[in-house]
Amino acid sequence: MIKGMRVVWICSEALYEDQVGVWEWHQQYIGKVNHAVFQTQGSGRKRVIVATEENAIASLNLRTGEVYWRRVLGDNDSINALELVTGKYVVSLSKEGSSIRAWHLPDGALVWESLLQPSLGAAASLIVLPVDINHDRANDLLVFSGSLLFAVSSVDGNIIWKSNLESVRKDLVIKKLSLASEGTLTGVGFSETSGLVTVDIDMRFGEIRKVSPVDVSKALDTSELMLINDVAVALDSSLTTVVTALIKTDGDVKIVETSLADLFSGDVRNSQILQTNLEGAFALRVNDNVLVVKVDSATGQLSVLEVMEGRIVLSDSLQVVDDKHGVAIVQAAEDKGSSGKFSLRVVYADSWDTFAVKESVTLDSHRGLIKKVFLNAYLRTDRTYGFRVLVVGEDHSLSLLQQGEIVWTREDGLASIIDTWTSELPLERDRHAVAEVEHDLADWLRGHWLKLKATLLLASPEELAAVQALRLQSSDKNKMFRDHNGFRKLIIVLTKAGKVLALHTGDGRIVWSLLVPGLRSRSNLANTPVRLMPWQVPHRHALDENPIALLVGRSEDGHASTGILSWVDVYRGTELRSLKLNFPIKLVIPLPITDTSEEQLHLFIDNVHKAHVFPATEESLALFLKHKSNVFFYVVDKEKGKIVGYSVKHMIDNFSRRESDGHVFHTEAVWSVVFPSDTEVISTVVPRDPNEAVHTQSKVLGSRDVLYKYLNKNTIFVATVTPKAAHHIGDATPEEAGLVAYLIDTVTGRVLHRVIHPSMQGPVHAVFNENWVLYHYFNLKTYRHEMSVIEIYDQNRVGDKGVVQLMLGRHNATSPVTSYSLPSVEVKSQSYFFTFSVKAMTVTSTARGITGKHILVGTVGDQVLALDKRFFDPRRTLNPSQEEREEGIMPLTDAIPIFPQSYLTHVHQVEGLRGVLTVPASLESTSLVFAYGFDLFYTRTAPSRIYDSLTEDFSYSLLLITIVVLVIAIFVTWILSERKELSEKWK
Amino acid sequence: MDRSSGRGGSAGRKWAVELCDATPSSSVRDVPDPLGYSRSSLELEESTPGKAKKEIDASFKQAKAWETAQAPFKNLFMIGFMMWMAGNTVHLFSIGITFSALWQPISALQSVNKTFEPFKDARTDTLLPKLLFIAFNFVGLGLGLWKLNSLGLLPTHASDWVSTLPPPPSVEFSGGGVPLF
Repeated sequence: MIKGMRVVWICSEALYEDQVGVWEWHQQYIGKVNHAVFQTQGSGRKRVIVATEENAIASLNLRTGEVYWRRVLGDNDSINALELVTGKYVVSLSKEGSSIRAWHLPDGALVWESLLQPSLGAAASLIVLPVDINHDRANDLLVFSGSLLFAVSSVDGNIIWKSNLESVRKDLVIKKLSLASEGTLTGVGFSETSGLVTVDIDMRFGEIRKVSPVDVSKALDTSELMLINDVAVALDSSLTTVVTALIKTDGDVKIVETSLADLFSGDVRNSQILQTNLEGAFALRVNDNVLVVKVDSATGQLSVLEVMEGRIVLSDSLQVVDDKHGVAIVQAAEDKGSSGKFSLRVVYADSWDTFAVKESVTLDSHRGLIKKVFLNAYLRTDRTYGFRVLVVGEDHSLSLLQQGEIVWTREDGLASIIDTWTSELPLERDRHAVAEVEHDLADWLRGHWLKLKATLLLASPEELAAVQALRLQSSDKNKMFRDHNGFRKLIIVLTKAGKVLALHTGDGRIVWSLLVPGLRSRSNLANTPVRLMPWQVPHRHALDENPIALLVGRSEDGHASTGILSWVDVYRGTELRSLKLNFPIKLVIPLPITDTSEEQLHLFIDNVHKAHVFPATEESLALFLKHKSNVFFYVVDKEKGKIVGYSVKHMIDNFSRRESDGHVFHTEAVWSVVFPSDTEVISTVVPRDPNEAVHTQSKVLGSRDVLYKYLNKNTIFVATVTPKAAHHIGDATPEEAGLVAYLIDTVTGRVLHRVIHPSMQGPVHAVFNENWVLYHYFNLKTYRHEMSVIEIYDQNRVGDKGVVQLMLGRHNATSPVTSYSLPSVEVKSQSYFFTFSVKAMTVTSTARGITGKHILVGTVGDQVLALDKRFFDPRRTLNPSQEEREEGIMPLTDAIPIFPQSYLTHVHQVEGLRGVLTVPASLESTSLVFAYGFDLFYTRTAPSRIYDSLTEDFSYSLLLITIVVLVIAIFVTWILSERKELSEKWK
Repeated sequence: MDRSSGRGGSAGRKWAVELCDATPSSSVRDVPDPLGYSRSSLELEESTPGKAKKEIDASFKQAKAWETAQAPFKNLFMIGFMMWMAGNTVHLFSIGITFSALWQPISALQSVNKTFEPFKDARTDTLLPKLLFIAFNFVGLGLGLWKLNSLGLLPTHASDWVSTLPPPPSVEFSGGGVPLF
């Protein structure tokens, strides 16, 4: 019966139809766009197909930017090229040219896929040939990379021919190909021994007709080569001379050398050919200038068309009509893009000076500079050509500009979230104005009336729809201040582009976004954002102070890497200040100490293991000195296979005192755990969440015995695997593989527990919560995934104290514990089969830690699955006793059951799921869940169901009406009974 | 058990006017007795129509008192049976029975004197019945407590006193992890 109840209970977690979308939201993103092709011809839907840095291919509605379809390739399957073929397919070349796939345009179905074996390490290119080689009435494709060429049928993906130039000449790398004459392809490339080489290839059969080295007096820079109307253009190795080679039809090559100094008056050292296809010209970056140089295909003479200064982005040239090719040029206005003003020009490449479009566009300042431009033309009603451009911003956003206006913008940087944090919203300062309430009153009454009708099953379908609409747009969940239940919060995310965005949990809208100035890359500095963490969370001054987030980044200038810090106001979305440190940051450790202004103290560990304390104030120094002797840190060295613990020693006095150093302290290694390198490599290290709320240290069993949880926060879980089994499943035989799980105290380095799982291998995913660790790995013997749970109990917490002593509080169970006391831990563990491989794993967290826990598993299908912790209870047995059943222990099964209703994401997929964040709401029963990958998904979950508040669909009006009716009934019956009594007495 | 039912039908009416009432239990007690009038002697005289009748009445009262004293004993079996039926799991039924089993003896003990008031007179010995009554009620109370304990609602185990102990704070603090670069 209990089992039956349990099933019913689990099923009742699921969502009702009318609850969909009430408190969860789902957003789709694609990532930073690298390639785009437009499909605007014909009467069908106008769309643009894009390929992104995050390996997604998506078809977007050109009018709205909405995603028609999206396909995400594997992690190492980066897309090299994207082309439209026959107006029906879009062909993608990925993984350095080793896989070529055709996707059906309307729905993104995979039409065919071919695997090629290209030369590794070379850039791969894809060309749509203007001819049909194998007579299947479709122009075919040509893929080349390094010294290999493939002709691929565009109908079915079959390889028509394959040509390997290595057989003719080793170390030949083809850079560019052109269709020289009917039936012949001319390729130009580099060879290490002889510099420039041209190759003639028969287009029908792939036969190599001729390989001719070209004599160039100068050594060439082999990074870039352009081929413009049979003129090859390259730079010499000193980057000061442009070498042009005129390839004539008879095979002769004429070399023309032009010094850069002749083209450009100024310093010409840092020059570089830009990877842009312009018709009859090429673009060259010299220092901060961009030169557009026209190439005379008859003489090889170069002439500068335009010199542009500043941040210039050019699009590829686009054939507008037969002889006209348009190029879009985007130039940031004078103040280097900080105001978001850009000038957009579309010029005809052939004449260059006639502008088809010249307009000024303004992007939001948080979009930064424009990084990429894609040009598309359309025919206006007056038969002239108009242009629209797709621009990719510095923050990886995608915008469509037309006639100087932004048609739509997609915040695609959100596809690459690095770190997340949540912040409370501001407190409500002043109550609503009376007028507002009166205005809302009619709506409120109507809403409740409709709800009441729905509850009493009297509502018509239209009214039901209206009720649903009301619930969905409940303005209550979108307000910009704190609510009593703590459901309204700001999710702060840091993206790969160095942008910080605040999302409202109510509907997922972006409250503010900021391209953090302190983290923006400069010409000589490559800045990468690394972490986002809380700096100041005001509690005492919550009304007049805003929370502050700390952003940690890394700045590289070629030879040295240093840390950068930036502080961002979480309510205003502005950078307060930024600081460039003089040392690289190896570790950031937030200390559990806050100063009087509620700034949290942080410890930054540099590469020589010196500890820097921030904020660099006298007060924080005094606070830190007080706690210094109890502060430790550990560094995990995965390469050397060891974990080293350090303690903080004396302060370095004679250090040059600058604000960017903080207070500097010596540290000393106090312990180290070295794993034998020939049998173990560190796979996963999971600490306990320092902020998790634990309600009690004891666990009461059904027999009324007590187990004391081992709750030392300075404990980490480490999983090591054998080196052979460290990478892919199948690399090692079951006999060679093995997994060792450790529990290590990070203050003393003491190994609290160690367990060996033979024949198991990673990847290991683990969660460490309260006194238990749950980890997921692969069993090579049974070829299934497994999960193991370890629960740690402290045996000498209270000792043999009797009931009376405990009653009187004569125990030291709540006095602080030190890691140096000898613990006697008892460990219980159990393993179960699990169906899925896991992408991310976390556990729900609630405000006080009273509510039961759910383990949230990001499955291989990009869904979030909630599993009750009680499935992972090491005290489960095959036949639990009555007492254990009452306690809620389930009978042991070999596998963890998965109920379709326990997917938190229900119908949605969080494509490319990478992380799940759980945040406690103020309501103890509820935990907020935010899953991110390409997509963002937010919902809230109540692991033990909502026991501390009425459900959302609770009808208050029904309750009120019932009460009123009852009161009236009481009065009526009272009056009636009085009368009756009186008349009886007169009888 | 119900004491008021033994005193005639006065409880059935809400009020009554007794114009010629002289019984001691009447509502006109406020009026002072005339001088030289002894109510107690009258009562004695009134209630002694004959010696024999008095004797019968006294022994009858005594028997009644013993009967009243034994009433909880009969109740005990009933309660015990209900407890056995309720089982040892905590739910509404078992809690209800347990608490009624606890409440009955307590309320009975509170009103011992009232219970035995009707039998109280000079010739009836109510002390022993009272003691028996109290003893039985204590047994009933014990039964209730035993049931409460077997339901697990009495804090007699260590677990009842440590279940909400907060986790102990750590003296040391340690942080760290895999380096950022």
